[in-house]
Amino acid sequence: MAKYLLLKHYRSASAPAPIACEPMDQWTPEEVSAHMQYMADFATRLEGTGEFVDGQALSPEGTFVRYDGEGRPPVTDGPFAETKDLIAGWMVIDVDSYERALELAGELSAAPGQGGKPIYEWLELRPFLSAPPTITE
Amino acid sequence: MDADEVLLRTLTPTVIGILVRRGADFAAAEDAVQEALVEAVRTWPDDPPREPKGWLVTVAWRKFLDGARADTSRRHREVLVEGEPEPGPGEAADDTLQLYFLCAHPSLTPASAVALTLRAVGGLTTRQIAQAYLVPEATMAQRISRAKRTVAGVRLNQPGDVATVLRVLYLVFNEGYSGDVDLAAEAIRLTRQLAATTSHEEVAGLLALMLLHHARRPARTGPGGKLVPLAEQDRGRWDTSLIAEGVEVLQTALARDRLGEFQAQAAIAALHADAATVEETDWVQIVEWYDELVRLTGSPVARLNRAVAVGQADGPPAGLAALAGLDPGLPRYTAAAAYLHERKGDPATAARLYAEAARSAPNLPEREHLTRQAARLNAQLRG
Repeated sequence: MAKYLLLKHYRSASAPAPIACEPMDQWTPEEVSAHMQYMADFATRLEGTGEFVDGQALSPEGTFVRYDGEGRPPVTDGPFAETKDLIAGWMVIDVDSYERALELAGELSAAPGQGGKPIYEWLELRPFLSAPPTITE
Repeated sequence: MDADEVLLRTLTPTVIGILVRRGADFAAAEDAVQEALVEAVRTWPDDPPREPKGWLVTVAWRKFLDGARADTSRRHREVLVEGEPEPGPGEAADDTLQLYFLCAHPSLTPASAVALTLRAVGGLTTRQIAQAYLVPEATMAQRISRAKRTVAGVRLNQPGDVATVLRVLYLVFNEGYSGDVDLAAEAIRLTRQLAATTSHEEVAGLLALMLLHHARRPARTGPGGKLVPLAEQDRGRWDTSLIAEGVEVLQTALARDRLGEFQAQAAIAALHADAATVEETDWVQIVEWYDELVRLTGSPVARLNRAVAVGQADGPPAGLAALAGLDPGLPRYTAAAAYLHERKGDPATAARLYAEAARSAPNLPEREHLTRQAARLNAQLRG
């Protein structure tokens, strides 16, 4: 088994898909609900297959923070509302193979948008670094 | 782990076997025993039973009947229990062996087989298994339920394949250690228990392999989980009694002259264990055992490890030549190449390869180890 992080990137300007997708606030309420329901159903289904670990949605606006020297408060930058690549959320899965992880990421990327059509959302698939195995030689 | 917990885990497969003999199907029996275990963990500390096994059987059977209350066949089951003799020791061992086969059934995915084995044969709770594998309890519960549905049609008296069971136990052992359940120790316990029910040479081979690697555990990690490679380990911290036991189990198996991959791997581990210092390692014999392992398995990973051993036995150029025919995409190929180049006296190539290997390392301690190697050589190159 291996754990993977599915990062849901929302790339408004660089979507290669043939579907031109407007921001969510331009969808109908039913379309928004259908999109959310798809995510929830996906998570429930993965729990049923014994592959779900965790998942959360993130606020689109974040703040950059860094240390600024002894005795000084941290420096902050942002928020950047106009970013071209924001991370809308994430999910962690625990699956038997990389192929299975790809398959699931593809399914999650097909979440419905306007008109009930898949939004072709980009997902980034990142393997977790595991514990070291006992036997290596 | 306290004595009660050890006892509960040991009794689990026997009690499942008794319930199945009384007419319960495996899935229901397993659920009932799991419920009884949870109750035992809760009540035994204040109210220890006089007969732990009898207590478990009684409580598990009651749980089973509770679960089957709506079932019209309940009366039939109660009739069945009348006059059903307790299985003898031989039958109990057979029952346990059958459970190993069922939980490692080829229709299960590796992860499902591991989870089911730890619960039904190992007597771990779903929560403990979930914690050990860092997934939510609900997910692990579903993984186990699905596994039980998958094997629902399998009859418990069918002979199984020991090799599939060994692969599952190997996976549990190799997962190492996380959470409050020591999976490596658990894998050893389950392999010992299996060795007590069958005289298969490879079961002994796997048990020896586990004992010999477990013996090195105290020396394998430094402060902060830092990886200490074999050559740098403080051999005084190796567990000599585990080594002695592993060597004895291995020798008994080898004497029967039915070699298999786990015996060959254990032989390699035994040769490392036998060397008081890294310089005393008998690399020529280790290469011979890798030849056997490659012959037995054809595994590319075995060929890779063989190339490293050849580098020790016949010098780095020979090791690099042995490496040359292998797929560079193999896990740890680049790390092995880096090591051989450094020993050949080419620190610049080695540093570059160590850094490359670090980027594709599958776990954090290995990545940090490889990064430190690259950093050490780069500092040396800067003078």
